[in-house]
Amino acid sequence: MADIVLDKVTKKYPDGTTAVHEVDLEIADGEFIILVGPSGCGKSTTLNMIAGLEDISSGELRIAGERVNEKQPKDRDIAMVFQSYALYPNMTVGENMAFPLRLAKMDKALIKQKVDDAARVLELTEYLDRKPANLSGGQRQRVAMGRAIVRSPKAFLMDEPLSNLDAKLRVQMRTQVSRLQKQLNTTTVYVTHDQTEAMTLGDRVVVMRGGYIQQLGDPQTLYDNPKNLFVAGFIGSPSMNFLSATVEESLLRTPLGDLPLGDRLRSSLSGADAPRQLILGIRPEHFEDARLIEEHQRERGFEFTMPVDLVESMGSDKYVYFTVEGEHATAADLEDLAADAGGADLPPQDSLVTRLSAESRVRDGVDARVWMNLDKIHLFDPRDGRNITLHEDKTAGVTTV
Amino acid sequence: MAAATTSAKVKWGVLDAVVVVFALIPVLWIASLSFKTPATLTDGNFIPREWTFDNYKLIFQTDQFVRALINSIGIALISTLIAVVLGTMAAYAISRLDFPGKQLLVGVSLLIAMFPQVSLVSPLFNIERNTGLFDTWPGLILPYITFALPLAIYTLSAFFKQIPWDLEKAAKMDGATQGEAFRRVIAPLAAPGVFTTAILVFIFCWNDFLFAISLTSTERSRTVPVALSFFTGASQFEDPTGAISAAAVVITIPIILFVLFFQKRIVAGLTSGAVKG
Ligand SMILES: Nc1ncnc2c1ncn2[C@@H]1O[C@H](COP(=O)(O)OP(=O)(O)OP(=O)(O)O)[C@@H](O)[C@H]1O
Ligand SMILES: [Mg+2]
Repeated sequence: MADIVLDKVTKKYPDGTTAVHEVDLEIADGEFIILVGPSGCGKSTTLNMIAGLEDISSGELRIAGERVNEKQPKDRDIAMVFQSYALYPNMTVGENMAFPLRLAKMDKALIKQKVDDAARVLELTEYLDRKPANLSGGQRQRVAMGRAIVRSPKAFLMDEPLSNLDAKLRVQMRTQVSRLQKQLNTTTVYVTHDQTEAMTLGDRVVVMRGGYIQQLGDPQTLYDNPKNLFVAGFIGSPSMNFLSATVEESLLRTPLGDLPLGDRLRSSLSGADAPRQLILGIRPEHFEDARLIEEHQRERGFEFTMPVDLVESMGSDKYVYFTVEGEHATAADLEDLAADAGGADLPPQDSLVTRLSAESRVRDGVDARVWMNLDKIHLFDPRDGRNITLHEDKTAGVTTV
Repeated sequence: MAAATTSAKVKWGVLDAVVVVFALIPVLWIASLSFKTPATLTDGNFIPREWTFDNYKLIFQTDQFVRALINSIGIALISTLIAVVLGTMAAYAISRLDFPGKQLLVGVSLLIAMFPQVSLVSPLFNIERNTGLFDTWPGLILPYITFALPLAIYTLSAFFKQIPWDLEKAAKMDGATQGEAFRRVIAPLAAPGVFTTAILVFIFCWNDFLFAISLTSTERSRTVPVALSFFTGASQFEDPTGAISAAAVVITIPIILFVLFFQKRIVAGLTSGAVKG
């Protein structure tokens, strides 16, 4: 077990692409940290540099306080689980798991004991003599995990280990990974582009984009206080709604109507360089059927009436879709998000997604009166995507780039 | 395939049989000739009416044939060994590394493979006369390696490309050095490819006639295909067909042995199960 520190780590490939730009990251001993971001943002590159499979172009990588830039992967004492599992097809499950121990010239009896222990934890005991070709996807995945845990390394690195499994198995394995990590309490760096995995697994989440860290924080902080449009749109499913908004006197003109500017929003907009053209962000769960709102809550929100496009009843609650007329929110960040269909499931720009209580009586095609929680509104500067409603006190616990 | 119907099985069975018969008839015909006596040689019977081993006795009595057999085996084995070792290294580098001149290397080796060998015979003849390589084992081994290498590089790099490189990375993460990763993970997986290539190269060297007839002049280095063409039978007036047939049968035996020996190692689909699900 050890802590891992990335100090201005940069990766420049020979062809000139800079995949990772001066990344600073301190991973505490025993922490479970998630690297998340759209395809091509440099997650795997970062992980491979920690592993030693890619050279570090500049900056320093320290494991347990010791500089390891020049060390071979085998001397770093780190185990890795690959997206492809990378099981040795010519060896049985048992031999696969024993391989790192045999390379370490460990005593035969001890190897057997360790492999048996790991197999028991991962429920692989009955498959020890099989070849990987005769295992199911989930079992292969567990063998890959087993090979990583047998030798109790300083840290685990996992590159999208669950992305080859089907949805149901993925959920199962997710809990298993989480439990295993807690049990072993080994520093873990986990790469995914699935924001659900990011939210549920990690102690802290690093959102990356184009080789830069966008935001680093615990999942709830990222969800509640995204630093910019990109993080706001990337984290959360369904994703945050974005609307164009204009400041006029003490009002915020939006396609939903003119919103009053409360103290909170007013103070964010008080700065000299505060833009007048904004993007308003609000999550689906911060809407409610106006009839179900209690009187004391009513004044904290804003009500509007709109025809319902579609109602999806999930049982526990209802997703209600509306079409927003007028100008769409546009910003470079939003286009990036839309381009990466794999990461965020961003709804079409003119649609508004709301999550209402199951008791709501709204129906397709009929006008509905909807309440929106003004306390939960985020305002973004469309020029650089910055969240201007994010106050310093709220950034506590959020490390900036 | 478990659900193949009976009619489909019959169809494939018949088709397979036709192909096998088509390929085997000439071989069996030669084998049949080799057991016939000179008198019945041309009777047109597929199964010899009178069986004889005289032809076989005859060829092993002549020093020419035995000597040629030794030359053939030695030259083919040495060429195969060298070509496969060099080819493995080159193919590994081609499929694994990005180095300047890689495309050039691939292009040049393709060029060599396409080059008409006939056009090289006279220059090679002159070169070997001047360097003293003419009518020696190295005099044949060298050109064989030249022409077998492109073949080896091509087949082997196709095999190497099939091996997921994640395996090598995984081995390194598991604590292996570059050498250990190659020896314990990559090599066992590449083995079928190496053996397949070895067979192909061996057959190429074994069957060559052009270089063997042009670059040899005595029994010192004459290989079997050439020796066969010099066969005359027991006396000058005797028809050597029977003896040639017997020799032809004998020289296919090493190839069959070679294939059978390595076939066990060519387990298709060995890499399945390495990745994904
Ligand atoms: N060997 C290489 N040479 C040049 N550029 C590379 C190389 N490997 C990766 N890149 C580039 O570096 C960037 C980051 O790649 P990386 O594999 O780290 O992305 P990723 O975040 O893991 O994406 P994904 O989610 O698709 O796996 C990409 O733009 C990619 O094209
Ligand atoms: Mg990746």
